[in-house]
Amino acid sequence: MVNRINIGTINDIPKLGARVVQSKQGEIAVFRTADDSVFAISDSCPHKNGPLSQGIVSGHTVTCPLHNWRINLETGEAIAPDEGCTGRFTVYVEADGQLFLEI
Amino acid sequence: MKEKLICIGNGMAGIRTIEELLKLNPEQYDITVFGAEPYGNYNRILLSPVLAGEKKFDDIILNEEQWYQENNITLYTGHTIERIDRAKRTVYSDKGISLKYDRLLLATGSSPFIIPVPGHTLPGVIGFRDIKDVEIMLDAAKTSKHAVVIGGGLLGLEAANGLLKQGMEVTVVHLLDSLMEQQLDKAAAALLKNSLEQTGLNFLMEAETAEILGDTKVSGVRFKNGEEIPADLVVMAVGIRPNIELAKKCGLYSERGIVVNDTLQTYDPRIYAVGECVQHRNKLYGLVAPLFEQAKVCANHLANLGYARYEGSITSTKLKVTGIDVFSAGNFHGGKDSEELIFQDPSQGIYKKIVVENNQIKGTVLYGDTLDGAWYFQLMRDGVDISAQRERLLFGQAHLGNSGHSDDTNAVAAMSDNTEICGCNGVCKGDIVNAIIEKKLFTLDDVRSQTKASSSCGSCTALVEQLLAFTLGSDYSATPKTKPLCACTEYPHADVKRVIKEQHLTSTREVMDFMNWTTPDGCHVCRPALNYYLLCAWPAEYKDESQSRFINERIHANIQKDGTYSVVPRVWGGITNPQELRKMAEVAEKFNVPTVKFTGGQRIDFLGVKKQDLPGIWEELNKVGLVSGHAYGKALRTVKTCVGTDWCRFGTQDSTGMGIKLEKLTWGSWTPHKFKMAVSGCPRNCAEATIKDFGVVAVDSGWELYIGGNGGIKVRVTDLLCKVESEDEVLEYCSAFIQMYREEAHYLERTAPWIERVGLAEIKNKIVENADNRKALYQRFLESQKYAQQDPWEERATKGVAQHEFKVLKDISTQQQELV
Repeated sequence: MVNRINIGTINDIPKLGARVVQSKQGEIAVFRTADDSVFAISDSCPHKNGPLSQGIVSGHTVTCPLHNWRINLETGEAIAPDEGCTGRFTVYVEADGQLFLEI
Repeated sequence: MKEKLICIGNGMAGIRTIEELLKLNPEQYDITVFGAEPYGNYNRILLSPVLAGEKKFDDIILNEEQWYQENNITLYTGHTIERIDRAKRTVYSDKGISLKYDRLLLATGSSPFIIPVPGHTLPGVIGFRDIKDVEIMLDAAKTSKHAVVIGGGLLGLEAANGLLKQGMEVTVVHLLDSLMEQQLDKAAAALLKNSLEQTGLNFLMEAETAEILGDTKVSGVRFKNGEEIPADLVVMAVGIRPNIELAKKCGLYSERGIVVNDTLQTYDPRIYAVGECVQHRNKLYGLVAPLFEQAKVCANHLANLGYARYEGSITSTKLKVTGIDVFSAGNFHGGKDSEELIFQDPSQGIYKKIVVENNQIKGTVLYGDTLDGAWYFQLMRDGVDISAQRERLLFGQAHLGNSGHSDDTNAVAAMSDNTEICGCNGVCKGDIVNAIIEKKLFTLDDVRSQTKASSSCGSCTALVEQLLAFTLGSDYSATPKTKPLCACTEYPHADVKRVIKEQHLTSTREVMDFMNWTTPDGCHVCRPALNYYLLCAWPAEYKDESQSRFINERIHANIQKDGTYSVVPRVWGGITNPQELRKMAEVAEKFNVPTVKFTGGQRIDFLGVKKQDLPGIWEELNKVGLVSGHAYGKALRTVKTCVGTDWCRFGTQDSTGMGIKLEKLTWGSWTPHKFKMAVSGCPRNCAEATIKDFGVVAVDSGWELYIGGNGGIKVRVTDLLCKVESEDEVLEYCSAFIQMYREEAHYLERTAPWIERVGLAEIKNKIVENADNRKALYQRFLESQKYAQQDPWEERATKGVAQHEFKVLKDISTQQQELV
């Protein structure tokens, strides 16, 4: 069964930034892009497990701080020519800005 | 309603202008293109490889019909525009189309000049200009034997080479005694002629054509001296004539070409012109690089931006004949005030000439070994003072202080496929060559993204470029283009910096909007660069954008491979004391720091610190006055010292005191790349000052100041800037140097490559010789330091800055437990 857990509000995350949620599935990086979209992916780069939450966010991608792999936040997939995929979670923003993670 | 833009000419210049325009503003115009040829746009410079059978016509198409459709461009192929009515702003085609324009772009190109000797209209006499000419030549090669190429210039030789490859017997007829006189001096031309003769070409030099013989088609050529040779095909390649008749007919001012200004406008400001039909500042261009530069500026103006200017091009040429390497650029004949540097090795078939005037390269001719052509061209175009590297110049870039990396092309060619090229990412020669071939890579950036080679430290960049040149042969364009800052923009670093200043842009958003970034919010390459350029330009005004900083600079610690961090406190001049050491030991124990290590810059490094522990560690360290050491930043790092006159029996000055003063003055400063200093107390140089960005070596009579050293990727020994007498002068010169570097270097360019790019003389001139400029730089440095010298650790440990960085958003693991 899928749980729906409040993890804070959109304003807890800086624009073009990310925060980390600790879960039984490990650390989950929750991103807020310039257009105020919110994405949640596993905080581990498919390349060498770099903490994606610490990367530079641009468009709907994040660049891993370790070796500059770029990961598509919508799919968790590495952007070509790199290949790999990290776990993706469903997160959504309520009208009042509350963030919910489905897990 | 959208404005209407009509482009007359469906060739490289016109279509490139439209491509540039679409990048800037795809919605601005309704665009119509008229082309006289019945094809889409193709790469005319690659007609030679098509003729030589090395490429197929399909390979050189640049824009398929689909491209025009996708961009809503109306294309009329096979339409010649016969008339422009400027009063009615209407153009008329030979097939009865008439269309109004708001702005008109003339890109009519040029035509081969056919010498009007008797018989020049016979079938079998052609130019070498378009795909139709190539088809005629290929047909002729199938059925007949003798080809005569009139003109021993670039185009003539490429045509001759192609026809020879197609199995014809080819004679090149040249009016002068030396081939390619526009591009080569006599020595190089003689070598070229010799190599071409060995491939089987025949030459008739100093021969003037009198008549083309034949009744219904060409049968031979007769010369002024009465000599006759047989010919089934005659290719005239004696030059090109800009197509300006259309412009002249509608009264546009034209001389040899259609005269345009620096925004590529003709005397009628609604009408632009680009390409080979254009005369700009009295010059005509027949090469592709200038056309592309014009296209960019023209598009910028068409898009109503108007901040780009075309100031003319310095051009270089390469002969596209496989196996023969020729490169030339600039004024290679020299004048009365110039000197020539020449390298000749006849048995290896190598000849290099560099023309130097006022210590700057004015021109170059290379034969046989053209690898450094791009480098010489860059030095020439940038006007770099080459006096410091003069005696090594002819040996090429590889011989300039490049220990640890021997890069000469022959070596690249000789390497086995499993030779490791990129040591950072473990990429071998074979991987790179295969990727270039299979994935059709043409640029360094392609290779970087596909193979990762040269994408980390960059020290193998020259090797990768050589592999590109070696694998692609003549397809690899060595002509240096101004490299854009990143894939989000067309503009190079210098333009971005200039526009930030000129337009007073004060945020990354403003820069991206004003300069038409192609991505919504940049990328990990441009955002940190813009952030730096902005804070350097407007120290008081600019609000640092932490999300545009790499993680290390965002949280003031160095990320490690496992996602932990390292912490390096500042130890001024490398001098510490028991109280500080005790505190550092306590901190290491209290926070269970796994590794404590001494750094190369006389500091102590705590490795393996968890992110959430950072503020706690910093708070503790702050208690005894230990502040951020900026070991994580593109910033002033360390000042390394020896003990000098305090203790050393050889010391001549107080080197530790000097080092501490330097560090107190300069700490906190953000720089284009990391910046390291050292002060040695005597010429024994125990602090290794001569491999630092700024090094000071004490001598009995004062201080020697050294700049541009590097002990990393590419070891480079410093250059002597000057000698000064007092400590205050050391501080002033050092600040001025840092400020000049901060303002003029590209982001992520260390001082060593920066100095090689701009030349030592330029730096000496602005800092040593020009005292007013030095003092102004010094003042600007002091001003920017006012805003830079706050300890970022203290701000985060106790002043509440950026707390979200160090806390998890939420721990939901227990909640998950309950829910299950």
